[in-house]
Amino acid sequence: MSEALSVSSSARPTGDRRPRPVKPHKKRWRHDNWTGYLFISPWLIAFFAFTFIPIIASLVLAFTNYDVLSPTWRWVGLENFERMFTRDPRYIKSLQATFFYAFTAIPLRLIFALAVAMLLNTNRRMVAGYRAAYYAPSIVGGSVAVAVMWREIFGRDGLINAVLGTDVAWLGNPSTAIWTLILLAVWQFGSPMLIFLAGLKQIPREFYEAAAIDGANGWQQFWRITLPLLTPIIFFNLVMQLISGFMVFTQAFVITGGAPLDTTLFYALYIYQRAFVSLQMGYASAMAWVLLIIIAVLTALVFRSSSYWVFYSAQED
Amino acid sequence: METVSTAAGRAAVRAPRSILHHKALRTLMYHLVVAGLGYVMLYPILWLFAGSFKGRAEIWTNVSSLIPQQFTLENYINGWRGFGGITFTTFYLNSFFYAGVGTLLAVAASAVVAYGFARINFTGRRFWFACMLSTLMLPVQVQIIPQYIVFSQLGWINTFYPLLLPRFGGQAFFIFMIMQFIRGIPRDLDEAAEMDGCGKGGVFFRIILPQITPALITAAIFSFYWTWEDFLSPLIYLNAPRLYTVSLALRAFADPSGTTDWGAIFAMSSLSLVPVFVIFILFQRFLVEGISTTGLKG
Repeated sequence: MSEALSVSSSARPTGDRRPRPVKPHKKRWRHDNWTGYLFISPWLIAFFAFTFIPIIASLVLAFTNYDVLSPTWRWVGLENFERMFTRDPRYIKSLQATFFYAFTAIPLRLIFALAVAMLLNTNRRMVAGYRAAYYAPSIVGGSVAVAVMWREIFGRDGLINAVLGTDVAWLGNPSTAIWTLILLAVWQFGSPMLIFLAGLKQIPREFYEAAAIDGANGWQQFWRITLPLLTPIIFFNLVMQLISGFMVFTQAFVITGGAPLDTTLFYALYIYQRAFVSLQMGYASAMAWVLLIIIAVLTALVFRSSSYWVFYSAQED
Repeated sequence: METVSTAAGRAAVRAPRSILHHKALRTLMYHLVVAGLGYVMLYPILWLFAGSFKGRAEIWTNVSSLIPQQFTLENYINGWRGFGGITFTTFYLNSFFYAGVGTLLAVAASAVVAYGFARINFTGRRFWFACMLSTLMLPVQVQIIPQYIVFSQLGWINTFYPLLLPRFGGQAFFIFMIMQFIRGIPRDLDEAAEMDGCGKGGVFFRIILPQITPALITAAIFSFYWTWEDFLSPLIYLNAPRLYTVSLALRAFADPSGTTDWGAIFAMSSLSLVPVFVIFILFQRFLVEGISTTGLKG
C-alpha cells in the first residue's frame, strides 16, 4: 500500500520551488481540482456521512451514559472506561477470549496457508483443481450456513462424535468451545494461501538451483531462501489477519453465542450485546473505541517490528 | 526436474528404471497427500449437502456417510416453507435485492472514485487517499452505533436504506483494487483522447471503463459474496421477518430452541451456498487473480 502511495506521489509535478519552464511543452499532469473532487465526491460524501462523523459521534458517546430507552443522558467522563476494566468481569472475559482466539487462530491459519501454498507451488497436473478445493471453504466461511453446519458437526449428536465414537459436548465445554471456532478459522486459510502462492511464484528458480548445487537440502532452502523472501507477504497477511481476527462476529454469534461461561464471548459479540440487546450505547461506544485502539496499537507494533524481520530484496526497489 | 510429467518421463525410456520408479512414486505420493487433504477440507461441505438429501431418521443414524441411503427432496420442500407463514421465496428475493443492488452501487461508485484517485491530479489527493486506505482497518463497531441512532431517528429501521445508502460511496477495498488496475493501463490513450478534446468524463467512459472490466467483475464477485453473507447489518436494521435476508432467516430457522427439523435446516443451508459456489465455478479465474494481485481478504 505504501508502494501505491509512492507511485502516486512520483507522478505529481515537481512543485513550485523550481522555476517553471516558460512554456510547458506538454501539460502532462495539470492540476484539475474541480474534476478530481467531482470524481471522488461519492466517496468523500459517504466518508463524512457514514465514517468520519459517526466515529466522532462514537467518541463523544463513549463519555456519556447514552441509552436508547431513557430520555435523559449525561456526560460521565471516564466512567465507562473505568467500569470496563474494574467492574465488568464479562468485559475482561471478552478480552481474554478475543486475544486467545487471535493469537492462536491467526498463526495457525498462516502456517497452514503457507504449507499448502508450498504444496501447490508446482506444475503438476490437477493443481488448479486442488487449489479450488482448498479455497472453497474460505468463500463460504463467513456465512451463516457454514456456522449452522459447524454447530451440527460439533453438536452432541454431530459428525465429530459419530466419527470418533465419543460423546463430548464440544460446544458446551468451556475448554473445548473456543477451539471449535479456532478450527473453523484455520479451515478458511484460502485467501492467505493464494497470496502466498503468488509470492512463491515470484521467487526465481535459480536461487534454489544455486542452493542445491551448494548442497543445501530442502529444509535449508526453506529457511534460507523461501522464508526470507516471503517475509513481505507474511507481513501483509499478518496485518490483514490481525485486523479481521479482532472483528470476528458472525461465527461466534451463531455457533456459541458467547457460551459456555463467556469463553467465546468475542469482543465484537460483546459490543453487539451491549449496544443492541441491553441498548447501552454509550458504554458500547467506549468499548468500540478501546477495540479501535487495540487494533491500532497491534498494527503499529507489527509495522514497527517489521524492520527486524521483513526482508526486502534489492531487486524490488 | 520434478516438473517433468510422467508421460514425458515414460518417453525417455533410456532413463534408468529405478529413477523412473522413484519419480512416479513421488508423483503418486504427492497426489495422494494433496487429494486426501483436499477431501478432508471439502468433507464438511459435502457432508452438509449429503445431509440435505437424507431422510428424517437417517440424519442421526447414518451420520458420517456422504451417500444418502434413500434419496429424498422432502427436506427442501419442508424447508422452503420457512417459518411464521413466510417462505424462503421472500428471503431469497430480499437477499438477491440486497446483494444485487448493493453490488451494483458499490462497484459503479468504486470505479468512478478509483478513476478520480488514479488519473486526476488534484490538491489533497494523497491525503484523501490515505484516509481511504485507513478506513480499511477501522472496526465497523465504531461507526455502527451512531449510524444506528441516526437511522432509527429517521425511521429507517426495517428498510433497506441503512444497508444500501453507504454503498453510494463505493468500498475502499474495491476502489484500491480498481486503482491498481487503472495504473497498469498506459496513459497514452488518455492523453490522445484528451488532445482530441475529450473531457475527463469522456476519457473515463470511453477509454478506461472498457479496459477495467476484469477488475470490475472481480470487485462485483467479492461484493456479491460479502453482501450475500452479510449478517451484522441486516441483523441490526431488519427486524421484521418479511424483510429477512437468507442469512437472517437461516439463523432464525436454525434456532436451537425452535425448529428441530434438521433435514430442512441442512437443505436451506445447502441451498444458500449454491449461488456462491455457482459464481465460484464460473468466475474462478477472476477470484484467484483478484486475491493474488491485491491481497483482498476473503
